[in-house]
Amino acid sequence: MTDAAADAPIPKPDAGDRARPERQEPLLAADGSPLKKSLQRSLRRQKLRAFGLVAPLLLFVLVTFIAPIADMLFRSVENQIVSETLPRTVVALEQWDPEQDELPSEDTFLAMAYDLVEAQELKIHTRLGTRLNYETTGISSLFRRTGRGVDDFGEIYLDQFEDLNPNWDEAGPWVDLVADEGWEHPAPFEPSERFAALMSETAAAYASFARAIQQGSDDNPREEEPWAPVHMALYHDLMRTDPGAIAAYEGPRAEMLREARAAVEGFESQPVREMFVAEEEDWLDPEVWATIKTFSPPYTPGYFLTSVDLKLSPDGEVVAQDEDQRIYMLLFQRTLFMSLMIMGCTILLGYPIAYLISNLPLRTANLLLILVLLPFWTSLLVRTSAWKVLLQQQGVINDTLVWIGLVADDARLTMINNQFGTIVAMTHILLPFMILPLYSVMKTIPPSYVRAAKSLGATNWTAFWRVYFPQSVPGIGAGCILVFILSIGYYITPELVGGTTGTFISNRIAFHISSSLNWGLAAALGTILLVVVLVLYWVYDRIVGIDNVSLG
Amino acid sequence: MSGPPIYATTPQRIWYYGFRVLCGVIFFFLIAPILIIIPLSFNAENFFTFTPEMLRFDPEGYSLKHYRDFFTNPDWQQALWNSVRIAPAATLLAVTLGTLAAIGLSQPHVPYRRAIMAILISPMIVPLIISAAGMYFFYSRIGLQGTYVGVVLAHAALGIPFVIITVTATLVGFDRSLTRASASLGADPVTTFFKVQMPLILPGVISGGLFAFITSFDEVVVVIFVGSANQQTLPWQMFTGLREQISPTILAVATILVAISILLLMTVELLRRRSERLRGMSPG
Repeated sequence: MTDAAADAPIPKPDAGDRARPERQEPLLAADGSPLKKSLQRSLRRQKLRAFGLVAPLLLFVLVTFIAPIADMLFRSVENQIVSETLPRTVVALEQWDPEQDELPSEDTFLAMAYDLVEAQELKIHTRLGTRLNYETTGISSLFRRTGRGVDDFGEIYLDQFEDLNPNWDEAGPWVDLVADEGWEHPAPFEPSERFAALMSETAAAYASFARAIQQGSDDNPREEEPWAPVHMALYHDLMRTDPGAIAAYEGPRAEMLREARAAVEGFESQPVREMFVAEEEDWLDPEVWATIKTFSPPYTPGYFLTSVDLKLSPDGEVVAQDEDQRIYMLLFQRTLFMSLMIMGCTILLGYPIAYLISNLPLRTANLLLILVLLPFWTSLLVRTSAWKVLLQQQGVINDTLVWIGLVADDARLTMINNQFGTIVAMTHILLPFMILPLYSVMKTIPPSYVRAAKSLGATNWTAFWRVYFPQSVPGIGAGCILVFILSIGYYITPELVGGTTGTFISNRIAFHISSSLNWGLAAALGTILLVVVLVLYWVYDRIVGIDNVSLG
Repeated sequence: MSGPPIYATTPQRIWYYGFRVLCGVIFFFLIAPILIIIPLSFNAENFFTFTPEMLRFDPEGYSLKHYRDFFTNPDWQQALWNSVRIAPAATLLAVTLGTLAAIGLSQPHVPYRRAIMAILISPMIVPLIISAAGMYFFYSRIGLQGTYVGVVLAHAALGIPFVIITVTATLVGFDRSLTRASASLGADPVTTFFKVQMPLILPGVISGGLFAFITSFDEVVVVIFVGSANQQTLPWQMFTGLREQISPTILAVATILVAISILLLMTVELLRRRSERLRGMSPG
């Protein structure tokens, strides 16, 4: 099936033109169409067939692998949770300037009350609290605790309306008052246009209540009394609406509205800010509001800044992270340092082996190569468990040292759960990746060069260092990049033998995914690591060529 | 080995043997950790070191109890069963799609060959922890996280680069006139593929498949994130065992895995020699 198009001639688009003088007619193919055109058609068909064979796999890899990577990149900047959970507050905060060192306006507090009461019914306020807690500690508990009391915000109005007419604390009359005539429960709640035109704040507050209980706990608004913030909205609306407009209103339950309008002037009132402060003092801290404002855009560089020990200050400026939270640069440095150490160790150990194998007769060399490939083929976990067993305080190496008498029984060496353990185990695991590229380069160095150098009077060392070594440098380069790339992304071995001082950035990524659940930060750290690896691979491709990757 | 040339001076002799001793030490470093777990897995005690009985070669010091534990403990059996269920499915998927694509890529006119190749090889290049993180995020979005299908798809994606590389390498030496001859004798493309091309590239396909199999069978980072407790594989079980309560049963499992990898290594080596012989290269 590869070459079913073989009966078509090999496409040489210009051959026909060149072979004959221009004035002659174009060559025709068997079916009478111009040869050039028919060649192009066959070429196109070949391309299509080749692409058709590749397409299923390409699609497969795009869906199962490339899409996840793209998703990770997206998550490292995505931040829609704030504007989705607190839509009104985000809008209200746009007017507020954190530099002024004042608290946001009363309207902002009101918007926050409406947002928060809806969010706590949908049980998403704690998620937002956790998210903002990454930026300013304490917000998580602030949201959680305020969430418990927020549906009583405006209770002062609820009580006064209820005293006036008990219907104000009943579910049915509220639905009659606000709902659109055609609306029935399972459909999402719709306020009537007439009512919304008259009392927009109340309509919005009640609609948000009704939809939240429909969505959050699948309740019927006809059976649930609205929460207190709705009564707060009613009070605000009644205060600002002209009595004449209410007198002219003809919707259902209009008499309740008229009665309330007449009484509302004498009601006791309370600023929303006081309700918040009564719940939690921290709402008076402008930093809380500034954090919400800073992280309200749908995309944020915040996770990337955290990854390099910077942060967005509440004023929106990039500043250094607090002293006690600067860990990521240290981790990146450690990852870099240990990867370089491992790389150095694999060169030191791999070079002699590769040299030996490439200078031995083929039969012996093949035997030794199998010894190199055996660890390469052995399960990673087998090798890691071997090192865990060997390096333990009660392990084979310590036992041997004690038996020889080099180490006292009560002063056994600590070789595991530190950097030493990680470096030893990973050098062992990555050594074949250094030996194989070195060997494939050394095999091609003609031995006659060294002999020529010696015959011209070079000492063994000079012949090696001036003639042989420079020719093996491409192998060292290839091996180094390969080992380095593999080691900076390693997870399993550092996790098992690294303890706390021998862990890599990858262990931190795993920690943020499975323990701290800070997925955005995990994604940002992963993106940085990915960029480093891709740049190194690009270098590798320029030096060695990706196509030259061989598998033993 | 033949030893140093007879005309070598004493320092040259010292260097010659010294270098070999050095290489011997490095080989010891390379092989000994793997071999040492084999005798330790027969330990009669729950220790990770040689007991005095073992050093005296006393039969009392050796036992098969850790192997018995592996074959009777339901946790290990479930893990083994999961590994056996996941790896072949992932291999089959990777080999089928990978071989087709490798054949497509080896045709003379493929648009955007470099870009396509880069995409197909990328699962091998990207560090596993990043693949695992991305797959965890994306698969939980589309409901594949924690399912058997999700793990198989993820492992297949990781195995595909190996299939592509080995099969493309085999196709480089493939003589295209054979398919033309077959077509001129009246075979349709499908018959040509199965009767002419497939038998010739089979060694490459099989060793690609073995690489894909070992990738999935050994893989632990991605399965930890993409899988759930129901997909706990052997390496995962070993990982948990090593991290929490280290039990010598792990050594028995490790020994079994070493035996499997020696078998696989021999198969790949034999296939490689056979393919080189078929292509008229020196068998070495």
